[in-house]
Order: sequence, then structure tokens, then C-alpha cells
Amino acid sequence: MDGPTFRGDASEPRSPGPGQPAAGEVGPVSGGIEPGGRPPPAQLDARVAVQRGEFRLEADLHVGPGQVLVVLGPNGAGKSTLLRTLAGLLALTDGRIEAGTDVWDDPAGGIFVPAGERDCGLVFQDYRLFPHLSVRDNVAFPIRARGARRREARHDAQPWLDRLGLDELAGRKPAQLSGGQAQRVALARALASKPRLLLLDEPLAALDAKTRLEVRTDLRRHLTTFDGPSLVVTHDALEALVLADRVLVLEGGRVVQEGPPATVARRPATEYVARLVGLNLYTGSLGDRTTHRIDLDSGGTLYAAGHDPADGAVILPLAGARMLVAVTPTAISLFPQEPDHGSPRNSWSGEITGLELLTDRVRVAVEGYPSAMVDVTPAAVADLDLHPGQQVWLTAKATEVTAYPDPGGTPLVI
Amino acid sequence: MTSTLPPAPSAARRASARSRRAVEAGNRAPWPLAVPAVIAVAFLLLPLMGLLLRAPWGNLLNVLVQADAAQALRLSLECSILATLASVVLGVPLAWVLARTTFRGQNLLRALVTLPLVLPPVVGGVALLLVLGRRGILGQYLDQWFGITLPFTTAGVVVAETFVAIPFLIITVEGALRSADTGLEEAAATLGSRPFATFRRVTLPLITPSLVAGGVLCWARALGEFGATITFAGNLPGVTQTMPLAVYVALEHDPDAAIALSLVLLAVSVAVLALLRDRWLRSMATH
Repeated sequence: MDGPTFRGDASEPRSPGPGQPAAGEVGPVSGGIEPGGRPPPAQLDARVAVQRGEFRLEADLHVGPGQVLVVLGPNGAGKSTLLRTLAGLLALTDGRIEAGTDVWDDPAGGIFVPAGERDCGLVFQDYRLFPHLSVRDNVAFPIRARGARRREARHDAQPWLDRLGLDELAGRKPAQLSGGQAQRVALARALASKPRLLLLDEPLAALDAKTRLEVRTDLRRHLTTFDGPSLVVTHDALEALVLADRVLVLEGGRVVQEGPPATVARRPATEYVARLVGLNLYTGSLGDRTTHRIDLDSGGTLYAAGHDPADGAVILPLAGARMLVAVTPTAISLFPQEPDHGSPRNSWSGEITGLELLTDRVRVAVEGYPSAMVDVTPAAVADLDLHPGQQVWLTAKATEVTAYPDPGGTPLVI
Repeated sequence: MTSTLPPAPSAARRASARSRRAVEAGNRAPWPLAVPAVIAVAFLLLPLMGLLLRAPWGNLLNVLVQADAAQALRLSLECSILATLASVVLGVPLAWVLARTTFRGQNLLRALVTLPLVLPPVVGGVALLLVLGRRGILGQYLDQWFGITLPFTTAGVVVAETFVAIPFLIITVEGALRSADTGLEEAAATLGSRPFATFRRVTLPLITPSLVAGGVLCWARALGEFGATITFAGNLPGVTQTMPLAVYVALEHDPDAAIALSLVLLAVSVAVLALLRDRWLRSMATH
């Protein structure tokens, strides 16, 4: 072998598939039946307020053309409610939804455009394919709904079947499809309605873990070829990180954070996001501005870098300001005895309360001031004979500790 | 007896074998239930067997021809099919309204439209006469303005049969609409489908099995209709004399013909039951 170099698929230039539109072209070639029939893709601007009994959802959204906004949140956060208001399946209590120059919902102005007239493609979590129709007729359904004859609609569905690799499955009924295939049909059907806005409700939730992996990559590719705004709802952090241009975190009907996925993963605003992305998150107040000492609410102190280690942004406000502190479990070192004075500025002791084997490492839960999750190798667990109840010492370099202002109830926009 | 002693091996084996058999066979019926059950079976099956035993098998065809069975059978089939079609055209929309909308008095309406299920058919016939008869509340205008007379015509037979049979279709289809997945209709709406198009392209195909079951049941009821038909439409051979009426008339002067005609209706009923067994009975069991 004369030194071959391997490149991952990700670095290969993507060749457009058959039927995929060339750059600058809008949508697939539709047999010239509808030349430029739809208005150009537009920005989505929504101020959503819905009251359902005790539950109130309030969220502001702005999604540009071609942009993917992922709404991340736990069950019951109001994600599906948000999606249903945008799709026109649920009316707003208050607020306003605009797509470009069109107003879709405005309770104050007495405007409500029903679902069928919104040009809004919704991919349901359970896909909702029509069981009595073939894959081809499912995809042709929205074309037929707009008045095309059966033959014409089937013909116009073809580019979408090609584009999502469904040509060979075109004659099958939904019951004969795998989960991943059904997901592609649902997406093709939504796209065939030529939506100005694409909505996906937990697109991967109904799939098994293995299928999810490949479909996630596929979905990312298809979302990038859609030129309108897309909105994906999920409770899966990885899905959010892979698919999103921006992430909006929804908890208890409120937006708690919004920003690019990398930043949200590095500087979570709430315990929920921190747990999803596997970070230790603490709240506290800035004790000393020169040493970057933060006094934590749960007890203990941590010294942080004066800037974000990833992007260099200076983020330390005035002393006494409310702060959030994030530390990755791999950035913390664990010692059976008190370590000699080394370079790490943070050093504290605690007691092991639990050990959990992740795929290639062991996550050790340590209770102390502060408590922390620490990742070590399985070999280290054996070498140090780690067990619950054991007293250990933890260290972390200040440069590994990220501190940023706590928005304290208002959305953290980064 | 001491409880520490294990039972003899053979006895234990016998006991366990019996309990296993009991488990496999389900509960054994106690005699206060078993005896009436057997009597009920005999009560239901013996008359049918009597029909088979006493049938003039030798010249069955001859008897049927002489009794003008073909005429009565053709009239019966025509009228019952027309009544079924009328029930579908009117009953499916009503079922949809009952299943998918809410309004005041809905439950009362549901009870009223299914009333013909329990109403004695003769009463239905009298009621139809009062409304649609030549001097009835509506019938007089039908007669004066359009020259339409329903009583004692073939159309009257269809009206009487529809009146009695339509509730079967309505309750079957309404049940199907209630249990159908409205999520699919929602999906159709987001894809730009208008409500009636959604009904036609999504809802109707989904409830087709129940529609067929309800239609067959409705048709069977129309085919066997007697009381409302004879009251409202009379008993004119070739015009309003359907099979059940022909059987009744034949019984007075030609018992063999009555038996032969009954056999034909029995054959049709058995065929319907076989058709329904899969769809109707199973869907009833799961509801």
C-alpha cells in the first residue's frame, strides 16, 4: 500500500441525485405544469401565544428562507402545540403568524387561514400515510388536492419519488414500508405540496436506533435542499445538533434559550439542556471579576476562564452578576488522594455516589461542593478501585470551565 | 390425613391431567346453564331442520316455477337493492353528521333515527301511510302537484324497506367513523385537501369495510321486510308482492310452495351470514 488517505463521506463533495434541482432552481421540474406558480420562499415570523386550560405557550420565532430551526424541549413543553398553530390546526389565543407578506393568524385582526390554505407542509411524528393509497398516490395526494387529474398528479409526483429515492417503492402500500421508508414518503408528500414552510414533528422518534442514524443524515441533506424556512420539533439533543441552523429550547411553554447548536451545546441555559448534552451545569454569582471566581449556589467555588475557550468571547460581567457555569465531564480529573499542588485552579473533594458504564467510558457521579459527573476510562475504575462511598478529589483547569451570564427567566439568546 | 404426606403419584398425575384439560377446554358449564343453552340451540335449529326435512326436494324447481317464485324473487331483489342504495345515499351523510359534529339534541336524534330498529314494522307501515299515503300529510301534495303515488306501488315497497333497514347502515357506519383515525383527515387538510375531497378520498376508503358490512346487513333486513311493506304497499303479485309476502300467501293454499320459497330465502340468509362473518362479527367483537 503506498500510503492511501482516507476521507470520510462528509468531506466528499455531494453529487446531486437524479431529479435534484440544480442550484438556483426552485423545486423539482414539474412537467411545466406550474411554472413559477408559488410565491418565492419567505421568512417566517411568529409571535405565538396559546392558552389551553392551565397551560400557556409563549414563543417568538423568526426563521429565514432555507434556514432550519430546531425546537428542542422535554415532553409537555408545548412543542407540538407550537407546530399545530403554525400548521393551522390550532388557532392562536394571542399573537401573530406571518409568512412573508401573508398573515396566517392574527386573533386581534380576526384573521385565521385554515390548514389547507397555508401552503405549509407538515410531517407528522407518526407519518400519517394514507393506508389505502400506494406510495405514488400518497405523494400525488397534495397535487391532486389542488385540482390536478389523477394521471397528471402521478406524473408530477415522479420528481419527488426520484428525489427521495422512492421510485422502486412507488407501487407499495404504506403497510409494506419500513419505518425509514415511511418517513421518506411522508417527507416527499409534504414537499410535493410545494409548501412555503416545512414543519417536522419528531421526525425520527418512531424509528429504531439503527435506522435513526442513517435517516438523520438523509434528512439533513433533504432539509438543505428545501429553500423555505423549516422547523423541526424534537426532544433528542443529537437530532437538534445535526439538523439545526439554530436551536430554540422550549420548557414549560417558555423559550429558555435560542442560538446556534454549537453554542447551545456549550453554554446550556437550563439543567434540562445540560443533561441532554451531557454537561455539568451550575448556577452562581460572580465573586471576583479579576480571578473569575464564581460562588456556586449549591456550595463551593469554581474559577473560570475570562472568555469562552471555544470562541474567545469575553463574557464576564460585573461582580455579583448571576452566572451559569458549564464543565464537561471529561474535563474533570479524578484522584483517590488529594493531588499535589498542580496547575489546575479548581480542586475539591467529594464522595462517589454512583458509577455508570457508557459505551467506552464510565461516568462517575460525585457528591460534593459542587457535585459533578466525571468521565473516566474503565481501566481507571479498575486501577483506582473506584466504588460508591469512596472519598475522591476532583480537579478542573479554569480554561475548561465556561462561565456565562444567567438570563434568569428571560430567554438566553446567544 | 396428615398434610405432610404427598398424594400418591398416580393420583397427583391424574389431578394435574384433569386440571390441565380443564384449562385447555375453558370453563365447564354448570348444568343450570348448560341445559337451557342446549334447549336454546335446539329451539333455534330444529325449525330450520324442519324446513329442510319437509322441503319438496323432488320437484322443487317445478313448485317454485308454479308459485311464480321468479317474479317475487326478482321484485324482492330489485326493491331490496334499491332500498340499500337509498340507505347508503342518505345514511352515510347522516352517520357522518352524527359522528363528526356536535349539536344540541344530538343524542336524541341518534335515538330517534335508530327507532325503526325496535319499532314493530306494521307500526312503521301505518306511519308511512299517514304521511305518504294518498291523503297523507305529504302524500296529498305529492299526488296533487307531481302526480306521484307511493302506496301500493313498487316505489312504495322501496320506501317501506328503506324506512325499516336504514338504521342498520347508519349505526354501522357511524361506529366506523367514530373509531376511524381523524389524524389522517388532519394530514389531508394540511396537504391542501378540502373537507369534501378529504371525505371522498380519505374517510370513505377507510370505512369501506364497515360500509360494506352495514350495506349487507341493511340489504338483508330489506329483503326480509314484511310488516311495513304489506301495510304500506299492499300485496299485489308482480307489483308489491315480495318473497316474504309470497311465502305468507302461499302457506294458505300451497304449503309446498311456501316451504320452497322459504328455502330460497334461507339460502340467501346463509350466504349473507357467511359474507358477514368475517367483517361484521369481528368488528363488533373488537368494539
